[in-house]
Parts: sequence; structure tokens; C-alpha cells
Amino acid sequence: MSSMIETSPDQPRVWHLEEEPHHAEGHSTPLGFWMYLMSDCLIFAILFATYAVLGDRYGGGPDQKALFDLWLIALNTAMLLLSSITYGFAMLQMDKGNQQGVRKWLLITAAFGAAFLVIELYEFYHLIHAGYGPGRSAFLSSFFALVGTHGLHVTFGIVWLFVLLAQINKHGLTHSNRRRVETLSMFWHFLDVIWIGVFTIVYLMGTI
Amino acid sequence: MANAEHASPTDGHIPHGDFRSYMTGFVLSVILTAIPFAIVMSGGFESRAVTALVVLLFAVVQIVVHMIYFLHMDLHAEGGWTVISLVFTLIVLIICLAGTIWVMHNMDSNMMPDMIELMEGKGDTGSGESAVPGQDMSPSK
Repeated sequence: MSSMIETSPDQPRVWHLEEEPHHAEGHSTPLGFWMYLMSDCLIFAILFATYAVLGDRYGGGPDQKALFDLWLIALNTAMLLLSSITYGFAMLQMDKGNQQGVRKWLLITAAFGAAFLVIELYEFYHLIHAGYGPGRSAFLSSFFALVGTHGLHVTFGIVWLFVLLAQINKHGLTHSNRRRVETLSMFWHFLDVIWIGVFTIVYLMGTI
Repeated sequence: MANAEHASPTDGHIPHGDFRSYMTGFVLSVILTAIPFAIVMSGGFESRAVTALVVLLFAVVQIVVHMIYFLHMDLHAEGGWTVISLVFTLIVLIICLAGTIWVMHNMDSNMMPDMIELMEGKGDTGSGESAVPGQDMSPSK
């Protein structure tokens, strides 16, 4: 078989398809956002590695056992877990096309997320107030960097959530808004996965 | 198990779970959170290493549960690209974590204690043998 392509000399050579394949708007968002989450994952990997190295450098300061209250962390974890399932309920309402339901469950999710943040800030405030801020020891520096970065992610997640709520209020459950709800869902559940690593490695393994 | 019902015809959209799969994921993750907390708060096992290992194992299982029931990970979603990028990320992640801990641990154990004392300026040079022979670490020449 010959692989030669016959072209008549009088025809202009064309190097591209007559018609570009058409993709729906936003079709690549889920994969693209997944790539972002994976690179975010590497940020946390480095912060975890830093904590693993510096987590026992107390510099004469207090260690994990002296500082952490596991009941508070359990409460915090419960808040984040509840916010994950309420976001799931928002997704289910969206499948039904129930805009009121989506708004309700997104608001509840934001409330649980805010409760998580308040508890975390309460913990940070107490640590810093007692003189155990990030400057006290290498352990506390790496602790604040890791847990603080996660907290910042949750903060921006909540900001995104309210922007999305405003969008839904204004435009309804349009195609674009559905895509945004789905994308934020990935972000939100991803933060929960990171938190599993945080409470296990920082809090639980630190206080064994 | 959750794959069949998630085979969404709308290309490019994240597959959703149904009420059952979300509740299954939630109940599993509550159990998988409560058990390690209970273990650590009740004092753990006799060996700290065993406790740490068990707690870590629970975390790994819970992460997998979250990925299946909440993030709806699917081997075939996006033509397999999500899984490929996840595997790549995990490889880089393991290299970073294991490499950092390994290298820093080695550096730690190979560092002579006298060197640390000298660096901190409170080295006990009066004990006869200096950690770094032939070098005068005092500021006055």
C-alpha cells in the first residue's frame, strides 16, 4: 500500500481541517480544574514535608501534646465533614433543577465552613495569645504554615461560594452556573481530603 | 461500584452521585474519623509506632472513600486523564515527602553534636579535643 497522497497541482494545499471540531463551552473545565487541584496537592505535600522535618524542633518551647486540644479538633473535623455532605445535597438538588434547594444547601455549607474557620481562628488566637505564635519555634512555624494554608483555602472557598450564590440569584441555574457549582464541589471535597491529612499527621500523630 | 450509574452522557461534566452514595460516603467517613480519634484520645496502643501506623492507615482508607463517594473519581472520566494526573501527582508527592524526610534525617544523624554547639557559640572547647581540629573558633585572633 502506498502512503502517498495524491494532490492535483492546481488545488491549494490545506494543512488543517475544513471545520474545527466543536466543543461545548467549558467542556475542558473539569479536567483543567483537576490539574489545578493536583498542583495544589503538591503545595500541601511540601508543607507536610516541612512539618515532618521541623515538627519536633521545639526550641525549648511546648510540644504538640502541650498545645493541642483533640476535642476542639474533633469538633472542627465534624464541621468540615458536615459541610461536605451538605454540599453533596446541593449537588443533588441541582440535578433535580431545584434552584431554591441549591441555594439553601449552599448556604448551609457556607455556615459549616465558617464554623470551621471560627474554631480554627479561636485555636490560633489562643496559641498566639499565650506566646506560642509562629515565631516561637520551628515546629510552630511549620504548623502555622500548613494549617494556615488550609484555612486560607477554606476562606477562599467560602468567598467563591457567596459569589456563586449571587450568580445563581441573578441568572438562575444556567449551564455556566451548573458548571461552577460542580467545580466548587471538587474544590470543597478536595479541601476535606487535605484536612484528613492535617488532622491525622499534625493533631493525632502529634499527640500519641 | 459507583461507576455504572455515573456514566453520564453529558460529556465533560463531572459525574454526580445519588443520595445513597453520598450518605454511604458520609457514614463511612464519620466512622473512619471517629475510630482514630477514639484510639488516640484513649491513650492508644502500647507501642506508639503501632498507634501511628493504625491512625495513618485509617487516613488512607478515608481519603480513598472521599475520592470515590465525594469527588466521584472514575477510572474512565475524561478519557482516563484524571487518573493519570492523579497517579503522576502521587509519584511526585511520594518522592518529595520520602526524599525530604530521608535526606533531612540523614543530615541530622550525621551532624556531630559538637558542631551544633560550636555554631551556637557555646562549644565546650576546654575538654581537650576540639570538634574541628586546627581551627580556632574564637572571635579574637
